[in-house]
Amino acid sequence: MSCFLCNSSLGKKLVMSLSGLFLVLFILFHMSMNVVAIISPEGYDAICKFLGANWYALAGTVVLALGVLVHFGYALILTLDNYRARGKQRYAVTTKEPGVSWSSKNMLVLGVIVLLGLGLHLTHFWAKMQLQELLDNHEVVLCNGQVVSPTDGAALIAYTFKEWYNVVIYLVWFVALWFHLTHGIWSMFQTAGCANDTWYPRLKFAANALATLIFLGFAAVVVWYYVAQHCPCCAAC
Amino acid sequence: MNFTLKIWRQKDAKSKGAFETYKVSDISADTSFLEMLDILNNNLVHEGKDPVAFDHDCREGICGMCSLHINGLAHGPGQNATTCQIYMRKFKDGDTITIEPWRSAAFPVIKDLVVNRGAYDQILQAGGYVSVRTNSVPDANAIPIPKADADESMDAAACVGCGACAATCKNGSAMLFVAARVSSLAKLPQGRVEGARRAKAMVAKMDELGFGNCTNTGACQAECPKGISIAHIARLNREFLRAKLRD
Ligand code: HEM
Ligand code: SF4
Ligand code: FES
Repeated sequence: MSCFLCNSSLGKKLVMSLSGLFLVLFILFHMSMNVVAIISPEGYDAICKFLGANWYALAGTVVLALGVLVHFGYALILTLDNYRARGKQRYAVTTKEPGVSWSSKNMLVLGVIVLLGLGLHLTHFWAKMQLQELLDNHEVVLCNGQVVSPTDGAALIAYTFKEWYNVVIYLVWFVALWFHLTHGIWSMFQTAGCANDTWYPRLKFAANALATLIFLGFAAVVVWYYVAQHCPCCAAC
Repeated sequence: MNFTLKIWRQKDAKSKGAFETYKVSDISADTSFLEMLDILNNNLVHEGKDPVAFDHDCREGICGMCSLHINGLAHGPGQNATTCQIYMRKFKDGDTITIEPWRSAAFPVIKDLVVNRGAYDQILQAGGYVSVRTNSVPDANAIPIPKADADESMDAAACVGCGACAATCKNGSAMLFVAARVSSLAKLPQGRVEGARRAKAMVAKMDELGFGNCTNTGACQAECPKGISIAHIARLNREFLRAKLRD
């Protein structure tokens, strides 16, 4: 039983679907948490303290890292298989088939963009927060000389999104995630066998709605912190 | 009507192929695509050249023998139609039409536009049947079947095994074909009994033959001449996963 998850196409797809579901649930949580940073920076820092270097936050981080690794590993295996199955000789002329989304044909590329963004994101935040706590550092010196506590997430957000290029990079990252999820979210239901002709329009609508909600939640924080530090009227109050 | 044809020519499975350009003229708009190729071949034979090999049989859209990737689409332009059901009125006078064989690792080219689709037969042999006595015609009403189930089964049974699904799929996946066969039998009481064994055997064969993994792009259903829905793929996934989890 255990091996059909490694040696059968549908088993491998199930792993993709379940790891995808896990990542979607995590990202929903992460997005909700971030939005707090707009409403109340103090509240956000309280969450950061709660999710510091204690056993449950560390266990969560490890499980999450495993989830990403499994999802990425299987994505590579499946995509490589598919590349082989397509054969060496390709069509000279191709046309876009009606009703086929661009995202669905570019999931690996989108995923790799998401992964690269994730790498950068970890250096911006995780490396200055949980990692520092693990190293028992209670102060982090930022490039501009500012000294912050590793649990002061709001200060790190403000520091990171003061720079326009970080804002742009993060927005591109969110857009890639949006595309990935507009296909991924309904696709995971299809893979698990929970879909039919009645439910396709509903699942696709839900996928678009959820992907958009996630995008807006994340983008709002980034844009809010940029604008708040640059617009003269916001800076005044 | 006059057309320029760019056709893939390949002497045999081992040779390297290439596109050749041909002209056909005075084609009536009501000529079918395959008849247009017949006319081309007639000309080629008269010129002492090798005619273009392509697959066809019934020419009425029911056998699944015709194939061809025409201007980037499996079975050419037109929804829910096999290549033999495409007429030249679908094209514009003076068009250049590119004709390629199915391209998929599991469907190697035999000659020109003819590919070996034996892989689909092997998948069927692995489990696409019901083990019941078939010597005498049974009473049609002996086993009552709900209309909705019968309809769904028949929709799936419309699959003609043409191979357009795998040929269109960017992953070279045969899922729509396998799903159609599994689904059409799973929906009927006669086929239900062997449902779990069938799903596992056919998926295992499909994987063994080197078909790819479905990523739910839906290109297959867009190009399927019989309009088979990917909802059948969802059912195959259900059937397979349920069977595996019970093992
Ligand atoms: C680490 C980088 C990532 C890569 C390389 C990647 C790649 C892929 C690939 C190739 C697929 C298969 C396409 C398909 O079967 O439809 C896929 C599916 C999926 N991905 Fe990702 N992905 C990544 C990150 C993510 C993240 C962060 C999430 C969620 C927030 C996510 C959610 C999903 C979902 C829900 C599916 C659908 C599963 C299915 O079709 O059964 N992915 N991903
Ligand atoms: S599912 Fe459609 S495209 Fe695939 S073999 Fe059957 S009829 Fe052809
Ligand atoms: S020749 Fe039989 S379906 Fe086209």
